[in-house]
Amino acid sequence: MGDDNNPAVLETQQTSVDGNEENSRLLTPEKQLVLEVRHVSAGYRSGGFAGRGGKYTEVLHDVDFVVRHGEILGLVGESGTGKSTLARAILGLLKPEQGEIIHHTPRPQIIFQDPYSSLNPAYSAWWSVEEPLRIYGKYDTEERKRRVRDMLERVELPEECYMAKPDELSGGQRQRVSIAAALIRRPRFVIADEPVSALDVTIQAQILKLLRQLRDEFDLSYLFISHDLNVVYQLCDRVLVMKSGRIVEQGPVEEVYDHPKEEYTKRLLEASA
Amino acid sequence: MLEIRDLHVKFHNRDREAVSGVSLTINDGEIVGLVGESGSGKSVTAMSIAGLLPRKQCALSGDILLDGRDLLHAERKELRKLHGAEIGVVFQEPMSSMDPLMRVGEQVGEVLRIHTKLEKEERRQKVLQAMTSVELQDPEAVYSKYPHELSGGMLQRAMIAAAIVIEPSLLLLDEPTTALDVTIQAQILQLLKKLNEERKISMLFISHNLNVVRKLCGRVAVMQRGELVETGTTDEVFFHPQHPYTRRLIDAIPTREKRSVHG
Amino acid sequence: MKKRMNKYLLAGLIITGIVLVITLIGIFWTPYPPTAMKFGKFQPPSLEHLFGTDNFGRDIFSRVLKGTGTTLTIALATVAIGAAVGTTVGAITGYFGGLADDILMRLNDALTAFPSILLALLIISIVGPGSKYNVVIALGIVFIPSFARVTRTSFAALRDVNFVTSARLMGAGSGRILLVHLLPNIMRVLLPAVTIGFNNAVLAEASMSFLGIGVKPPDASLGYMLSEAQGMLKAGPWYAICTGLTIVLLVFGVGLIGEGLQSRNREVV
Repeated sequence: MGDDNNPAVLETQQTSVDGNEENSRLLTPEKQLVLEVRHVSAGYRSGGFAGRGGKYTEVLHDVDFVVRHGEILGLVGESGTGKSTLARAILGLLKPEQGEIIHHTPRPQIIFQDPYSSLNPAYSAWWSVEEPLRIYGKYDTEERKRRVRDMLERVELPEECYMAKPDELSGGQRQRVSIAAALIRRPRFVIADEPVSALDVTIQAQILKLLRQLRDEFDLSYLFISHDLNVVYQLCDRVLVMKSGRIVEQGPVEEVYDHPKEEYTKRLLEASA
Repeated sequence: MLEIRDLHVKFHNRDREAVSGVSLTINDGEIVGLVGESGSGKSVTAMSIAGLLPRKQCALSGDILLDGRDLLHAERKELRKLHGAEIGVVFQEPMSSMDPLMRVGEQVGEVLRIHTKLEKEERRQKVLQAMTSVELQDPEAVYSKYPHELSGGMLQRAMIAAAIVIEPSLLLLDEPTTALDVTIQAQILQLLKKLNEERKISMLFISHNLNVVRKLCGRVAVMQRGELVETGTTDEVFFHPQHPYTRRLIDAIPTREKRSVHG
Repeated sequence: MKKRMNKYLLAGLIITGIVLVITLIGIFWTPYPPTAMKFGKFQPPSLEHLFGTDNFGRDIFSRVLKGTGTTLTIALATVAIGAAVGTTVGAITGYFGGLADDILMRLNDALTAFPSILLALLIISIVGPGSKYNVVIALGIVFIPSFARVTRTSFAALRDVNFVTSARLMGAGSGRILLVHLLPNIMRVLLPAVTIGFNNAVLAEASMSFLGIGVKPPDASLGYMLSEAQGMLKAGPWYAICTGLTIVLLVFGVGLIGEGLQSRNREVV
C-alpha cells in the first residue's frame, strides 16, 4: 500500500496514537465519507487457461452504498448472498467488473470470522501483532515493542497470553489478537466479517463491547458483516440488507427494523425475533 | 420417560470431569432445552444418552433410564437395539452426518434395515412417509438424490426424517439449527414443534442459542463446566434466573430490547 | 503447538545420533588406514578386525566408517538440492499458480514419468561418471519432482488462508509471505519428506554403485562396497552382511524419525 510513504497519513496516525482522538474527530466532519461503493458488479471466473477466458459468474449486482465517518454500518443477509465477496472487493482482493470503489482512508483492514485461520499457527500472539509493524518497517525495535504492548493492553489480552501460539488460546483470546493485529497500523476503516459468529454468547458480548470501545478510542468506522440481525441491531448505526448479491434495503437500524419495506427484510426479522 | 441420575463422565486424558453429577428428567411429550457454552458438557451428556461415547476412553457412572430401562449399564447388544429403536439423533452439520455416496432415501431408511425385518418396499414406504411428515417437497425425487444435491435446510429435514422414521420415543437434537440461515432455522423449529405435538415425541434440544431454546422448549436446563446449574420452566429461567451464570448468559443474548443498555 | 516427543522420534534420533557420532569419529580416526592392504585376506570378524577383512586384506570396519561418511554426504547433499529446488518450485507453482504453475508442473510430471534410476543414468551420461559430485547432481535432480509435488499442495492450500490475506493487506511482499509466513507451516510436511528422501537417496546411491555409475575408488560409499562384496559372498560373507547392516541401521533410524514426525503431525491435527 503506497500510502505508507505519505507524510500526511502518518501525521493523522500520530495524533490518534497520542490519545488525541477528540481532536482528530473535530478535524473531520461527522458526515465525511470513508468509503464509497458505486454501482459495483463483481464475480468470479472459473476455468480458462492461465487466468484467461473461462466462465464468469456474477455475485454482486449493482451494489451501491457509502460508509460514513465514525459509523458502524451493518451488512446482513443469509449465507451465499455475496457478503464476503463484497468484503473482498472492498479490500481490493477482487476486481469489480463494473462500477468503482473509492477509499477515503488508507489501508482498510479486515477482522475475520474464524479465529483459527486468521492467525499464523507457527507464531506467537505477540509476533502476529508486531508483524504489520515489521512490514511497515519505519519503527525501531523499541518503538514496535511499545506499540504492540499498548495495543495488546487495549484489546485486553491477558499478559500471560502474549507469547502463546494460537492453538494455546481460546476463541475469544484469538479474536482479540486478530483485532490487535488489524488495528496496530491504525487503520481508519475496518471490515469485520462475522467477527463474533464463532464465539460463545458471553464471549460474543465481550468482543462486541471491545469493538465499540475501540471505535471510540481509534476513531474508526466499521463495515460489520453478520447473519445475526440481533447482533447488528445492538452494534450498528445503519444497516444494509443483502439478498442474492443485491442491496435490497438500507437505512438507520431503528428505521429498517421497525418499518421494514421489503418482504425479504420482514422475513429475516420475523425469523430472528 | 427419560431419567438421568447423577451422571458423571470423565475422559481419561482430561483432569476435569466432562459431566459431573447431572440429574435431569424428560417427561412424555416434553421438549427440554439443554443450554450452555462450548465445553460445558451438554454434548457429552447427549452422547452418553445416545450411547455414542467411546467406552474405552472414558469412565461413566450414574444412571440413565429410558422408560425404566437402563441405558448405561446394559449389554452392548441390548444397548444397540435400544438406542437404534428408541432414540433418534440429529447433529449440527447435516452435510457431515451423511454418507456422500449413498442416496438420501437409503440413508433415511438405513435404521429400518438394521433394526426391523421390513421388506425393501415397506421400508421405502416408511421413508417416504417420514419425508412427507418433515415437509420435504417431492419426497419421491429427494429419495433418489445424493446429499450434495440438497440444500442445507433440506438436508437437515432429511436428517430429521432419518431420526423419526423408526418412530422413536425420544429425539436428541444437538445444535440442529446452528449451521442454518435464520429463515431456514425458523422453519426447522416450526417443524420440530409440529412433530412434537402430532407424534408426542419427547425431545432434548441442545443449543448455545438461548433465543432458539426460548422459542421451542417448555423446560430449560443450564449447564456450566459439566454441572447443571439451573433447571426450570422456560419462563422461570428467562425471567427469574436464579444462578449468576444463567443471568450472565441471558444478559449476553443480543436482543432488540437491550440496545439502549449498550448504546 | 505443543511439540511432544514420541517413541518413534526418540528411537530414531538415538539410532541416527549413534551412527552420526561414529561417522564423525571415522573422519578423523579409523582403527586402521582404510586403504591399507596389509592384513590377511578374508579374515572373519574378530576383536582385532571387528568386521573382518576383504579380498585385499583391508580392515572392513575402517572402510565402513569411511564409507558411511561418503554415503551420508551424498545423501544429505542430494536431499538438500532436491528439497531446496523442489520447495522453490512448489512455492512458485502453488502460491502463484497461473502459467508458471501449468508449465512447471507439466515439466515435473514429465520428469516423474521416467524411472528414477534411468533418469539418473541419463544425467550421469551428460555430466560424466565417477565423481562424488556428479552422483550428487544426478540424484539431486531426480529428487526435485517429489519435493515439488509435496510442497506445492501445501503452498496452494495456504495461499488463501485468512492470515495470508491479512499479511498481503498489510503490504507484505510475496517473498516475505512465502519465507516468513508460509515456510514454517510447510515444515510439517517438508521434514517428513526430507527423511523419506534421505533414505531413498541412500538406496538410490547404492543402486547406482551397483550398476557401476556411482562413486569410483578411491572414494568408497556403502553402496559401492556392497556391490564389491557381492563378488565375494562365499569367501567373506561378513563383508556384505556388515556393510548391508550398516545401511539398514542408517535407513531404519532416519525412517523412524520420519515416522515420528508424521505421527506428531497427526496428534496436532
